[in-house]
Amino acid sequence: MKIGVSAMGDSCDADVSPQFARCPYFVIVDSETRECEALGNTAQEASHGAGPMAVRELADRSVSVALAGKIGPNAEQALVAAGIEFVQAEGKISDAIEDYLRNAART
Amino acid sequence: MGHVDGHAAITLPWWGALMVIAVASGKGGTGKTTIATNLAFVAAAGSQPVQLVDCDVDEPNCHIFLHPTITETHTEELLRPQVDQAACTLCGSCEITCRFHAIVCMKQQVLLFEHLCHGCGACAMVCPQKAIDEVPQPLGVVELGRAGAVHFAQGRLEVREARSAMLVRAVRRHQMPDGLIILDAPPGTACPVVAAMHGVDRALLVTEPTPFGLNDLKMAVAMLRQMGVPFAVVINQCDVGDARTIDYCKSEGIEVLAQIPSRRDIAEAYAEGRLIVECVPGVRRVFEHLLAALQGVPA
Repeated sequence: MKIGVSAMGDSCDADVSPQFARCPYFVIVDSETRECEALGNTAQEASHGAGPMAVRELADRSVSVALAGKIGPNAEQALVAAGIEFVQAEGKISDAIEDYLRNAART
Repeated sequence: MGHVDGHAAITLPWWGALMVIAVASGKGGTGKTTIATNLAFVAAAGSQPVQLVDCDVDEPNCHIFLHPTITETHTEELLRPQVDQAACTLCGSCEITCRFHAIVCMKQQVLLFEHLCHGCGACAMVCPQKAIDEVPQPLGVVELGRAGAVHFAQGRLEVREARSAMLVRAVRRHQMPDGLIILDAPPGTACPVVAAMHGVDRALLVTEPTPFGLNDLKMAVAMLRQMGVPFAVVINQCDVGDARTIDYCKSEGIEVLAQIPSRRDIAEAYAEGRLIVECVPGVRRVFEHLLAALQGVPA
């Protein structure tokens, strides 16, 4: 499973971004291999429709869970349509990923 | 009209008015409406026809001071794409075409973000399955009327609607073909303001000498310079705040046409919904000077 994290930097050591769509980077983590891929977010500077753009980016990379501090209404609607689960997160990305996986395993 | 207008709104026609003066400001609440309504009232005492056009469609308030009688109401509509999900093959052509990311093609369905949509119709045009239909949706109303000698027009945006720029264009299509037009622009420097300022002959920027007023004045100046609209400034409540605004105007070579003090009698007249030129002594002269300066006539 791939987890897409709205990130403040381009690695798992960076913090989770407080904003979902207008974050500087997306860090995509494979939950099995813990492989980490970072990409610059083109939606960050968009004047319109950053939410749908960001969801498109994650959907194209087969992400099934998105982590960020907060999410806007457009992005929320797009995530639902794309079948991506949104989970609120903060702090260091690697910690947020472990927290998420631990909680997911419990439920 | 809505159908045709939705698309025609991309290009603005030229109305051939004698002169269009827009009253604008970066910061809200600096006195745009006070200046615009009083200016229109004073101008209407002359021989030329005068129209006040309230382009602040989110919150039109010129009517509070002018008390117009509305004689015509035009309903303005916007075309909204409607996707026939059964006919859609999820090819994604609509998504690629939309500059506003208002339509997104997901795995199972096409998703429309209504408030991002500008009603341009490009998605319907490019859809190879012809699965997108356009249905009219209310955008707001344009009301026309008269307040004494002043011809009056205003737009009122539908509640919950956020696409004010389109209604501003609709209001401006009801501008008189001749005479003097005074536009009350929305505050700020975003799309609705650009729509209101498009093709005007000159602008009057109303500001207050506070740090917020100055910051937003600079943004409005940058916008007008980029649009090539000549402009001058009025400093309202000139005796509050500090000298930075006037210093800025001096250093930028911006003409300050009038400075209006913060006075109780002006505030009272405003609070009662009255025109200050009618009830505050000495104010009329200021507006006559403003009008003459804006029309390029020596005062």
